[in-house]
Amino acid sequence: MTLPLFFFYVFSAITVASAFMVISARNPVHAVLFLILAFFNAAGLFMLAGAEFLALLLIVVYVGAVAVLFLFVVMMIDVDFAELKSGLLSYAPIGMVVGAILFLELLLVAGSFVVAPEVVGAGGLPILATVDNTKALGLVLYTRYVFLFQGAAAVLLVAMIGAIVLTLRHRTGIKRQSTASQLGRNPSETVRNVKVKSGQGL
Amino acid sequence: MGLEIGLGHYLTVAAILFTLGVFGIFINRKNVIVILMSVELILLAVNLNLVAFSAHLNDLQGQVFALMILTVAAAEAAIGLAILVIFYRNRGSIAVEDVNMMKG
Amino acid sequence: MIIQAIVFLPLIGALVAGLLGRSIGHRPSEFITTGLLLIAAVLSWFVFIPVAFGDGLVGAVGDGHAAVVKVEVMRWIQVGDMDLRWILRVDTLTAIMLVVVNTVSALVHVYSIGYMEEDPHRSRFFAYLSLFTFAMLMLVTADNFLQMFFGWEGVGLASYLLIGFWYTKPSATAAAMKAFIVNRVGDFGFALGIFGAFLVLGHIDFDGAFHAADEFAATGLPVIQFLSWQLDAMTVICLLLFMGAMGKSAQFLLHTWLPDAMEGPTPVSALIHAATMVTAGVFMVARLSPLFETSPVALTVVIVIGAITAFFAATVGLVQNDIKRVIAYSTCSQLGYMFVALGVGAYSAGIFHLFTHAFFKALLFLGAGSVIHAMHHEQDMRNMGGLRKKIPITYAMMMIGTLALTGVGIPGTNFGFAGFFSKDAIIESAYAFGGNVGSFAFWLLVVAALFTSFYSWRLVHLTFHGSPRDAQHHGEGPHPDPAHAALESHDEPIDDSNADDHGDHSHHGSAYDHAHESPNVMLVPLYVLAVGAVLAGVVFYGMFFHEVEHIEHFFAGSIYVDHQIIDDAHHVPTWVKWSATIAMIIGFVSAWYMYIRRPDVPGRLAATNPGLYKFLLNKWYFDELYNTIFVKPALWIGNAVWKGFDDWLVDGKIAEGLGRRVQNVTSWVVKLQSGYLYHYAFAMLIGIAALLTWAIAAGGLI
Repeated sequence: MTLPLFFFYVFSAITVASAFMVISARNPVHAVLFLILAFFNAAGLFMLAGAEFLALLLIVVYVGAVAVLFLFVVMMIDVDFAELKSGLLSYAPIGMVVGAILFLELLLVAGSFVVAPEVVGAGGLPILATVDNTKALGLVLYTRYVFLFQGAAAVLLVAMIGAIVLTLRHRTGIKRQSTASQLGRNPSETVRNVKVKSGQGL
Repeated sequence: MGLEIGLGHYLTVAAILFTLGVFGIFINRKNVIVILMSVELILLAVNLNLVAFSAHLNDLQGQVFALMILTVAAAEAAIGLAILVIFYRNRGSIAVEDVNMMKG
Repeated sequence: MIIQAIVFLPLIGALVAGLLGRSIGHRPSEFITTGLLLIAAVLSWFVFIPVAFGDGLVGAVGDGHAAVVKVEVMRWIQVGDMDLRWILRVDTLTAIMLVVVNTVSALVHVYSIGYMEEDPHRSRFFAYLSLFTFAMLMLVTADNFLQMFFGWEGVGLASYLLIGFWYTKPSATAAAMKAFIVNRVGDFGFALGIFGAFLVLGHIDFDGAFHAADEFAATGLPVIQFLSWQLDAMTVICLLLFMGAMGKSAQFLLHTWLPDAMEGPTPVSALIHAATMVTAGVFMVARLSPLFETSPVALTVVIVIGAITAFFAATVGLVQNDIKRVIAYSTCSQLGYMFVALGVGAYSAGIFHLFTHAFFKALLFLGAGSVIHAMHHEQDMRNMGGLRKKIPITYAMMMIGTLALTGVGIPGTNFGFAGFFSKDAIIESAYAFGGNVGSFAFWLLVVAALFTSFYSWRLVHLTFHGSPRDAQHHGEGPHPDPAHAALESHDEPIDDSNADDHGDHSHHGSAYDHAHESPNVMLVPLYVLAVGAVLAGVVFYGMFFHEVEHIEHFFAGSIYVDHQIIDDAHHVPTWVKWSATIAMIIGFVSAWYMYIRRPDVPGRLAATNPGLYKFLLNKWYFDELYNTIFVKPALWIGNAVWKGFDDWLVDGKIAEGLGRRVQNVTSWVVKLQSGYLYHYAFAMLIGIAALLTWAIAAGGLI
């Protein structure tokens, strides 16, 4: 057994195990943490496949942003997660059946597929040993796939705006600073000169 | 099983992950957060497939594709969680079983 | 140009009065339509006088044997071999009809100015009248079957509109519908006849068709195979065409609409249902005389139907009480005379009677209208009487009309009213025709002449002679016809309802006391028609029925002239020549006896023969018979189709049933749309599994 193969088994075993824990954990915080663990190990698998940039991106984006977002939401929402777990297995049989069918079929495909000979090496972007992965991606991403890149950026922008619009709310009964009304103030409306006779007060 | 890491290895792991994601949706039908996490698992399985094929076919396009899926997955998670937050804010719960406002 | 003017001036009038009547007002509409019609009438006489008294048709093509003027208006239809042109065909027959139609129409227009004075829809009325005139002119100037059919349906439409002119009156709309529907039966046959003529003769223009029919004399008559029968094609075609004539001319079996058509305003009855439209059938048979001559069977049918109609309508006319209905049945009866003349081959005699009848029947109708006007829309003769002193001019005109209708004259001389010449010509022709059919027709016609005289004089006596009865009618006084009182419930619905609608003021006090002579605008047309009723016979006798050569020269090939029958008709025994006159005298004397000398006789007669009386009063129960064998089954079928087929099957089972099935399915399907998020997720995942399975099983998503 070579070292890469060993690591492959280690990473994949931990990925699968933590993925199982994600769907079965009672505590959603634990589920998120297991999800993070699964991402870390998946990143290792990516690394083994030679996709270093994607591996690191997975850690940065998924672990650093998405998974933390999950964690944040889970903690922010005060929900009785135990209650949500009730009736957990009522749909399990159909889930089993669908899952089993999919799994068997995927295995069937994985075990028996043949790559068409003309496809091998026909891709426009051969991975060159002389250029490292990050640079190679950078070279195509800003040239050949620039529109795709811009499209992805647009998707993210829309997602950001969407998320803000969805969650933004104006609470009533909260004092806020109104710059416009502050600047719009006029001495004639707000200041009054009163002659006060001495010894009398207002 | 050979001594080298083959395409079959990756595909098998991806298949297991995918199946777990599907199964997770079925058994966690009430908990939207876990459903979203299951979707993340499914997307991870897809990415794994793409990267594996990229390595196998020696073609960078697979990784570019995976990059795009990462982007969309991130966007989807953000929007999904945002919806979840306002849903919770309105209903005080995230139990989707109670909710069938979409019923025609 | 003169011919186009004759034909299209009424159309212009109709369009102006019909479309602009509201904006230009009633009076201008009346003057425009009437003025145009008067011009057309004068022009018609310009066309006719050279034919009758001069050298023949002005500008006619062809020798004296087939003189005809054809004016092409436009090319109409080109389909395959058929090249139809819209041609105004004017020959002697058409010229006669032009004179009749336009003269009577113009006079009726003038008369209507007075008669319809109080009607709020006068411009519409005049538009309809002019439209009718145009359609009738299209009919008589037709050069092919299709043009004739156009005119035929046009006059049917105008008749419908005019019968139902007072559309707020349910009986009028019902009568209009009845006229239209009964005419449809005839028109169905007419249309089939046209199709048959085109099929067998290969032409639907008259010249081509007549030519083809002539050739059959050499080649033998064609045969139509229908199912397993071998039918003589010409007989079938002629009978079908005659069916159309029966409908339009209200012949026996299809006559039921004509009496009901009296619901229309009286000028309409005079113009359409006496003088012109109802004679369209007679005109059509005369026009197609070359075709009818090829089928003796069809001609026999024409004689029999005509004779039965003449007799039948005369018997019914004996007991009717509505003044217009008596004249309507009289019209029906006279049309029967005309058909007998056509059937025996004396086409010229039939046209002659058409010509004279138009004058005296229009005169009678307009006179009756004058009486009705004077009595404030009272139409029941039982409520009249003694009007001679109140409306002497109308009385005189009605007398002339009655004398003409009954055929007063001295046989063997040239003294007589119009009806005398034409009716006697027909009766003599029928006798001359001989054989069983000829004798049958002859005797029926003579008896009908007796009845004609009786009911005409009964009308005059009840209306003008005796003492006023309308006051007594409303009180307890003795009824002139006790049987009527007993049978009141069986009476026609027209009788009193008509009066209620129109002159409410008339019921204050006696209508007799308020009776007044009509204005001049109504009387002048009566004078003109009276001149026609007196002179039309004696002046034109020579052209229509005196010498064969003269007739042939006059008609110039526009109808078939049978030398034999006309010669024979002039050589019938003397008693035949006198028969009609004697019948007329008997009718007059009995009417005088029963209604002047002994006014109680009719009542007793009716009381002793209640069955016969009711039979006649109810018009041989034709309406009831048709109601039973046609209307009720049709209603039943309609109901069955409505409730059973439409409501139950189409609506209930197919339309609503399908709707309910869709609802069932959707109410089941809608459960799929539970609204639960995870259900949709499940559906997607199961879909993925199914898609993948299919992809693997089918060998890829190609």
